[in-house]
Amino acid sequence: MSVQADNQTTDNPKIIGKLLIVVVAMFGFGFALVPLYDVFCDITGLNGKTGDKVSFETAPIVDESRLIKVTFLASLNESMPWEFKPQQSFIEVHPGEPTTISYIARNISNKSIVGNAVPSVSPGLAAAYFQKTECFCFTQQELKAGEEKIMPVTFIVDSELSDDINEIALSYTFFTSKQNNEDLADNTLTAKSINTFK
Amino acid sequence: MNAVVEEHHDHDHKPTGIGRWLFSTNHKDIGSMYLWFAFTMFFIGGALALLIRAELFQPGMQIVEPEFFNQLTTLHGLIMVFGVIMPAFVGLANWQLPMMIGAPDMALPRMNNWSFWLLPGAFGMLLASLVMSIMGLGSAPNFGWTFYAPLSTTYGPDSTDYFIFSVHLMGISSVMGAINVIATIMNLRAPGMTYMKMPIFVWTWFITAYLLIAVMPVLAGVVTMMLTDRNFGTSFFDAAGGGDPVMFQHVFWFFGHPEVYIMILPAFGIVSSIVPTFSRKPLFGYSSMVYATASIAFLSFIVWAHHMFTVGMPVAGELFFMYSTMLIAIPTGVKVFNWISTMWRGALTFETPMLFAIAFIFLFTMGGFTGLMLCIAPADFQYHDTYFVVAHFHYVLVTGAAFSIMAAVYFWLPKWTGNMYDEKLGKLHFWLTTISANVLFFPMHFVGLAGMPRRIPDYALQFAEFNQIASVGAFVFGFSQLIFLYVVIKCVRGGEKATDKVWEGAQGLEFDLPSPAPFHSYTTPPEVK
Repeated sequence: MSVQADNQTTDNPKIIGKLLIVVVAMFGFGFALVPLYDVFCDITGLNGKTGDKVSFETAPIVDESRLIKVTFLASLNESMPWEFKPQQSFIEVHPGEPTTISYIARNISNKSIVGNAVPSVSPGLAAAYFQKTECFCFTQQELKAGEEKIMPVTFIVDSELSDDINEIALSYTFFTSKQNNEDLADNTLTAKSINTFK
Repeated sequence: MNAVVEEHHDHDHKPTGIGRWLFSTNHKDIGSMYLWFAFTMFFIGGALALLIRAELFQPGMQIVEPEFFNQLTTLHGLIMVFGVIMPAFVGLANWQLPMMIGAPDMALPRMNNWSFWLLPGAFGMLLASLVMSIMGLGSAPNFGWTFYAPLSTTYGPDSTDYFIFSVHLMGISSVMGAINVIATIMNLRAPGMTYMKMPIFVWTWFITAYLLIAVMPVLAGVVTMMLTDRNFGTSFFDAAGGGDPVMFQHVFWFFGHPEVYIMILPAFGIVSSIVPTFSRKPLFGYSSMVYATASIAFLSFIVWAHHMFTVGMPVAGELFFMYSTMLIAIPTGVKVFNWISTMWRGALTFETPMLFAIAFIFLFTMGGFTGLMLCIAPADFQYHDTYFVVAHFHYVLVTGAAFSIMAAVYFWLPKWTGNMYDEKLGKLHFWLTTISANVLFFPMHFVGLAGMPRRIPDYALQFAEFNQIASVGAFVFGFSQLIFLYVVIKCVRGGEKATDKVWEGAQGLEFDLPSPAPFHSYTTPPEVK
């Protein structure tokens, strides 16, 4: 063994230490991928992620030469005892024109339920050009037993939208909020949730 | 450390009985335990596969319930990947690395013991869930070996938590094994053995060990996220809480694709040792082999999303992952051509290890070509989740990785035991295995292209003939492995004495040692020129 030691470039504990740092770093990297993917999707608009940004831009010039058909879809997570549908199935808009439409949600269960709407825009490339200035998806929605609520969305389709895209589908899925199990008055959690729910 | 060094002065000291195995710090004993463990798991995983093929012999439900079928496919995959291929390679590394680099043992013998003994615990836990399922105490993991969320989170059976801890243990075991391999290779090479003089098997394991260290922690991370999603109210993969199930697939395949190469790089090393021996020529293109291995390892980190072309990626993403995947064909092609060039005009003989090595080159390349078909993003929408994919990865994992392990066992068994194996039975095993593997997996290409989905217990009538052929192949393949078991046991127990060199064309330090190799390999390091 002692002869072998002459040939050692580094001693074992040093190698183990370095490699263990790599192991811990890669374990952390696995978790870091979670926010990284989110940031990546936000920047590129991949995955149809649009909902997190409230757009305060004043409307740019309306491009009256184009008409974009915007289709509205609504779905519910299986555990969600609500009814949820758009008031109209589609609308044709000029790019740059602020438009307001509404969804209707009704709680058909016999208890009060908080829900989160998760929006998605298809095709994914259009997501970055679909700006919502007002949306029920920005906050959590609470419906009492049997309560019905009209939920408006105001959006602008950016006139920079590629000429190849003439139809956009906007889809919302309502999930039961995890907050239903928590204290609804817990403000820190609410604030955190609104940040996270996109 | 000092204590370990002291112990090793007493070269003939060998604990006896069960203690020899439980407390072993000897690389050969631990290597043998790894190999026997893998062999046992091979038969368990194989039995599950035979149940799957028996169910698929005819359309309609015959033998098992659909729920149990899902557990069979899941456990078969997990056992074969984590319980057979990976431990078998670690076992080969344990046996061979110290002998090949002229060292007395692995650098970290006690950690070596621990990394082996975690495995029976890990698989005990996993198999316990299957036993409980058979006893009617709730389902075993049933979400496929890729355990996609939400199948494994929201819809996972209770036993998923066993699965999670089992994966944690396997991961710790693999990481410790990898650290040991790296420390051994860096520190214990014989004087004069520079990196570029190391045998190719040592090189491939060196690179594999780095891959393990890089991605096993990511696997540990993803199962930890599953664990907290399931039990502690987080929402990594739950859209209701702001998470994203597609992200599971990204994180999983960030581990999963390098994992694929973890299961094939040591195979490349084995074939690169066997082909020159029986061609009686040095390996053609040694340095290009090293660089090809390193580039495959690097590329493995940037191709993961080719497993998920159909999740709805933008065209730019699909193109990136398609082209980067195609790039892997280049270093792999370098290797295949190097092996062929090594054989070119060599004085070839066809002993069992060589037969398996040649079958590996041919059949693994076929699996590689179907991989190229699958990496073409627009075509993949047709192939995705069909039996074509099943055919592809069984060609690279069974006729690739598993064949290389069989070749390695035949190749080094005389060195390990001091006895020659039964060549006649070895050849019989080879031919039965190779023919039946093709009868088993080749028809899967056809049913896959015709649209038969994977992981489904029932299928449309038009797939019946090909499935029957595959099932016949499966049973011949499965029972042929009993010949392998018999040959190994027979060789361990006795037989014609092997020479020190074993094979006429053998090269490398391990063949300078006596057969069977002494308990501590090189107590004084050899001089490498």
